[in-house]
Amino acid sequence: MTTATQNGTRKIVINPVTRVEGHGKVTIQMDEDNHVTQARLHIIEFRGFERFVQGHFYWEVPVLVQRLCGICPVSHHLAASKACDMIVGADSLSPTAEKIRRLMHYGQTFQSHALHFYHLSSPDLLFGFDAPVAQRNVIGVIQAYPEVAKKAVLMRKFGQEVIKATAGKKIHGTGSIPGGVNKHLSQEDRDRLAAEVDTMLEWGVEGLKLCKDVTLASAEKLLPFGTFESNFLSIVREDGCLDLYDGNLRAKDADGKIIFDQVKPEDYLDVIREGVRNWSYMKFPFIHDRGQEKGWYRVGPLARINNCDFIDTPIAEEERQEFMALGKGRPIHATMAYHWARLIELVHSAEKMRELLADPDVLRGELTTTGERRDRGVAIIEAPRGTLIHDYEVDDNDQIRRGNLIVSTTHNNEAMNQAVRVVADQYLEGQAEISEGMLNSIEVGIRAYDPCLSCATHALGQMRLLVQLIGPDGTILDERTRG
Amino acid sequence: MSGLPINGLPKKRPCNLVMACGNPERGDDGLGPALIERLANLNRSDFETDADYQLNIEDAASLANYERVLFIDASISAPPPFNLESLAPTTEIAFTSHSVSPGAVLAICHDHFHHVPEAWVLGIRGYQFDLGQGLSSDARVNLDAAFARVIELLDSWNRCGKV
Repeated sequence: MTTATQNGTRKIVINPVTRVEGHGKVTIQMDEDNHVTQARLHIIEFRGFERFVQGHFYWEVPVLVQRLCGICPVSHHLAASKACDMIVGADSLSPTAEKIRRLMHYGQTFQSHALHFYHLSSPDLLFGFDAPVAQRNVIGVIQAYPEVAKKAVLMRKFGQEVIKATAGKKIHGTGSIPGGVNKHLSQEDRDRLAAEVDTMLEWGVEGLKLCKDVTLASAEKLLPFGTFESNFLSIVREDGCLDLYDGNLRAKDADGKIIFDQVKPEDYLDVIREGVRNWSYMKFPFIHDRGQEKGWYRVGPLARINNCDFIDTPIAEEERQEFMALGKGRPIHATMAYHWARLIELVHSAEKMRELLADPDVLRGELTTTGERRDRGVAIIEAPRGTLIHDYEVDDNDQIRRGNLIVSTTHNNEAMNQAVRVVADQYLEGQAEISEGMLNSIEVGIRAYDPCLSCATHALGQMRLLVQLIGPDGTILDERTRG
Repeated sequence: MSGLPINGLPKKRPCNLVMACGNPERGDDGLGPALIERLANLNRSDFETDADYQLNIEDAASLANYERVLFIDASISAPPPFNLESLAPTTEIAFTSHSVSPGAVLAICHDHFHHVPEAWVLGIRGYQFDLGQGLSSDARVNLDAAFARVIELLDSWNRCGKV
C-alpha cells in the first residue's frame, strides 16, 4: 500500500482486492484536506459468456458453462441445466432428478459458505481488521484455533464429496442434463455421506454460534460497519419459503415492503434492467420500476434471509427468527450480517442434505423427463453468492443463438460500491496517513459479499495485489505490489 | 482421492500423486490438466493423478495419504519450458482468494494430519489465458518437454525403492 500527494489531491488504488475471487481494483480519491471525495470498486468483469456459448448445441451448455468459473461451476452447471429443462419441455422433473440436483446444490452451498467463513472472513472477525497481515489469514486461524480450522477443512471436503458423488467429477461434471440427471446416487456414496452428515450439521451449528457470538460481542463496531440501506432481491418458493434451488423472484424495499413477488424466471426482464457506468466494465442491474438511482439492490445470503417468510428446516428456522429479531420488524441492513446469514444457510444446507441422503428416491427412480420443445430457456438459481440468471435462445438446429447471464457479483455491483463508500467515510475520512488496517477495512466490506470477480485463471507468478497512486492527471505516481 | 477422514486419517495409500490445477477453457491455464490427461493414459500403477480448477484447503486431507506429491500448474513467469523445484510447507499465505498455494496446503497437511509428503512443484510456462482458447503452440512445446521430465521424475521415484 502506498499513498502520496500531488497538487494536494491523493488517489489510493488497491488492485486487486485480496481474498475475493479474481481481481478487482478500489480507487479512493481524497482532496487536499483528506476528505474522501470519491470511492469506487472497479471490477474487470469478463463479458464473454454470451459469445462463448453461441453456436453450441444446447445440451452441451450445462457442461460448457462450468468452464466459465472454477469457483462456482456447480451453480452454472445447474442453472444451465434448468434453462435447458425449459427448452426440452421438462416443466416438472422426476422426484429422483430434482432431489439429486438439490443434493448437488446443497453440497455446493455448504462447502462454499464454509470456505468463505472460515478461510476468507473469520480472520477479520477473530483477529480484527487491523491485526498483523501475517496473522490475518487462514494459516493464522489454524494456529490460533486449530480445531475450528480442521473442521473447516473437513466441511469443505464433505461438500466436495457430495458434488463428486452427484456431478460425477470435480472438473466438468456431467451429472445434470437437460430434463434431469444422468445417474442415481450410488448406494456406497449414499451410505458414506449419510454416515457423516450429522457431524457436518453439528459442526455447522458450532460455526454459526461462533459467528453469532463474535458478531454480537463486537456489535457496536461490526453492525454499523459499512452499513447502508437497500432493496433486496432473491427467489422464494411459492409459499414464501427460502429455496436456494428453485422459485420465483421477490424484491423487498429497505422497509421490508414487497416491491414485486412471484415473478417467473422467464419474466425477469420485466422487472430487472442492467445499467452501465462509464467507469466500469461491469453492469449495474436495477429494479426497473424504481429506476437506476433508487432501484439497485442486494442479493446473496442476507437478501435471501431478509426476503423469505420462513425456512423449512427446524434449526435454520429457529436461527432465522433470532437473526430477524435484530431488525425489529425491518430487514437487516448490516453488511457484516452477511456472514451470520451465510452461516444460517450453511446449517440449512446441512439439514437439507441430511433429508435427501435419507430419501430412497436418490437411489432409484426415473432420471429424465421431456415435453414440448421450446426455443427459449430461462432459469434462476440462488448460487452461494446470490441470484444467478441463465437465459438462452436456440435455433431450429438446436444451437444457441443468444445467451444472457447475470451473475451474483453483477447483481451486487452497486451494493459493493456503496460498501466501499461507507467504509471509506467511516475509516479514511480526515486521515492524513492510511494504514494497512484501514485499507483492509475496505476489503472487509467487499469480502462480506463474497464476490467472484473473474474466472479461475491462477497461474503461478500471477500478481496478487497491486497498489497504485494516481495523480489528478491520471499519472501513476507510485506503485507497489504485495502477495 | 475419496474417503472422508473425519475420524482420523483416510485409508493409507502408499503411492505417489501427481496433482494439477488449471481451467482447460482458459487457454494455457489448462497445461496442468493436459499433462494429467497424458499421464492418466499411461495406466501406470505407481502413481495416481488428480486435477482441479485450483488447490484448496480440503486438498490437505487427501494429500496426507501420499508419500510424494508433484504439483503441476501453468506459470506466467517460469523460464521456458518449465521450472521444477522441491517444495516445503509454508505459513506464508498468498494474498489470494478462494484458492491456496501448494506450500500452504502442505502446511495444513502438517498441522492437521501430521504427515507431509515430499513435494515438488512444476510450473509449465504458459503465454495466453483467454477464455475459450486451447493451448498455444508455444505452450504445447513446453508441455511436451514437461511430460518427458515428469516421466523421468516418476521413474526416479521408483528406482529409489521407497514406494
